[in-house]
Amino acid sequence: MAGAVPLTLTVNGVETARMVAPRTTLADFLRTDLELTATHVGCEMGACGACLVLLDGVPVHSCLVFAVQAQGQRVETVEGLVASGALAPLQQAFHERNALQCGFCTPGMLVNAHALITKGTVPDREEIRDAISGNYCRCTGYEAIVDAIEAAARKLNGEGAE
Amino acid sequence: MKARAFAYARPSSLAEAHAAFDGADGDASYISGGQSLVPALAMRLQAPQVLIDLSAIPEMRGIQLEGESLRIGGLTRHAETLTEPLIRAHAPLLAAAAPFVAHPAIRNRGTVGGSVALADPASEFPAMMLAMGAEMEISGASGLRRVPADDYFQDLYQTAMVPGEILVALHVPAAGPRHVWAFDEMARRRGDYAMVGGGVLAERDGAVIANPRIALFSVGPTPVRARNAEAEIAGKALDADAIAAAQRALDADIDPLDDAEIPAAMRRHLARVLLGRLLRKLETC
Repeated sequence: MAGAVPLTLTVNGVETARMVAPRTTLADFLRTDLELTATHVGCEMGACGACLVLLDGVPVHSCLVFAVQAQGQRVETVEGLVASGALAPLQQAFHERNALQCGFCTPGMLVNAHALITKGTVPDREEIRDAISGNYCRCTGYEAIVDAIEAAARKLNGEGAE
Repeated sequence: MKARAFAYARPSSLAEAHAAFDGADGDASYISGGQSLVPALAMRLQAPQVLIDLSAIPEMRGIQLEGESLRIGGLTRHAETLTEPLIRAHAPLLAAAAPFVAHPAIRNRGTVGGSVALADPASEFPAMMLAMGAEMEISGASGLRRVPADDYFQDLYQTAMVPGEILVALHVPAAGPRHVWAFDEMARRRGDYAMVGGGVLAERDGAVIANPRIALFSVGPTPVRARNAEAEIAGKALDADAIAAAQRALDADIDPLDDAEIPAAMRRHLARVLLGRLLRKLETC
C-alpha cells in the first residue's frame, strides 16, 4: 500500500494496529480493513448519517473522518454496541415498533439514538427529531423511529413504556 | 467518491505546521474538524499533496477569558459552544447560533476556527464573528497578527488570510449585563443552509439601543454588516417605527444574487422579515 502509515486505535474495546493509506476514511477502514460492515456508507459527504460511529464517545460521521485522524482514539461501532448489550433496549423497541424496513439507515439511527437516550433524561419528541435530523430514512417516514427511540428512552430511564 | 491520495502530517506546533505547508510548496490543505473539507476532498474539488492536521497544536485549544475578551481556540468544536459556560456567559450570540449549525453529529466534529477560516457566506459562525466584533488571531510567516472581523471577510470564501496562514483563535469582546442579542434564520429543512439568517448584538441603556451590530448571512458572497439598518436603531428605543425604518434601510445593505432556487427579491424580502423578528426578539431579551 503506497504511502501507508501506522495507525493505532481502540475499536470496540480492542487495541488495533494497522497500516493505512491516509486517504482512507474511518468508514472504509472499519468496513474494509476490519470487516466491521455494520457501519454503512451512503452519501460519503456527511448528509445521510448511515455511517455514524462513536468517536471518543460522541457520534460522528465516519465518512468525514480519515482513519489516521483517529490515532489513539476510541471508536465504537454498532457491532461493539450490540455485543456489549448497550443497544438492546433500542433494538427491541425498533423491532416492536417496526422502525425499519430496508435497514440501510438503521446503524446510524441506532448510534445517534444511543447517544441521545444515554444522557440520563427522557428526550421529548422534538429533541428526538432534532437528534436524528441528520439521519436520512427513505422507508419509514420517521414516525415509527421517533416512537421507538421514545419508548427505549422511557424504558432505559425508568419511566416505563407508554 | 474518494479523495485522491495524499501524505498526512500532524504537527504539534504552529512552526511545524507552517514548515509542512512550505515543504509541500503550498500544495497542502489544513484540516481541523474536516466537516466541509472532507466532502471537498472526496469530490476532488481539492486534491492537495499533503493534508496537515491541526488537531495537535496546543495554542489552538481551549477557551479563556483574557481581560475584556474571550479567547476561543480555533479547534473548539461547534458542540462545545452549546455547553461551554464561558461562551454562554460572554459570547451568548455564538451559543444562540450553535443549534442552527448543521446537525448534531457534524457539530460534534466541526470546529469554530475551521468554519470561520472557510468563511462560507451561508454559515452561521462567520457572520456571528461580524456581529460580535471579534478579532481573528492568525499565524503566518511573520508570526501572529490580528484582523478585525470587519476587515476579515473579503469575497466568496476569501478572507484576509493568505495561503499557508492558520486561524489560531478568535477573540470576542466579552458581553456584559448591558448587552442584548438575538439570532434567527430561515431554512427549508432543519440543519440545511439558511435561505437567510442573522444575528444582532447591542447594548441597551433603559429603552435605548447603543452600538448595535447586525450581521446577516446567505445574502451575498460574504457575511454582511447591515450598517444602514444599524444607524436607524442606534440611540433610539426599539419601537415599531424604528424597526420599520431599519427594515427599509436594510435594502441598501445587502445585494443578494439571483439563484435558481431563491430569487434576489425573495431573499431581500426574507431578510426584512428576519430583521424585524430579530429586533423584536432583542427588545424582549
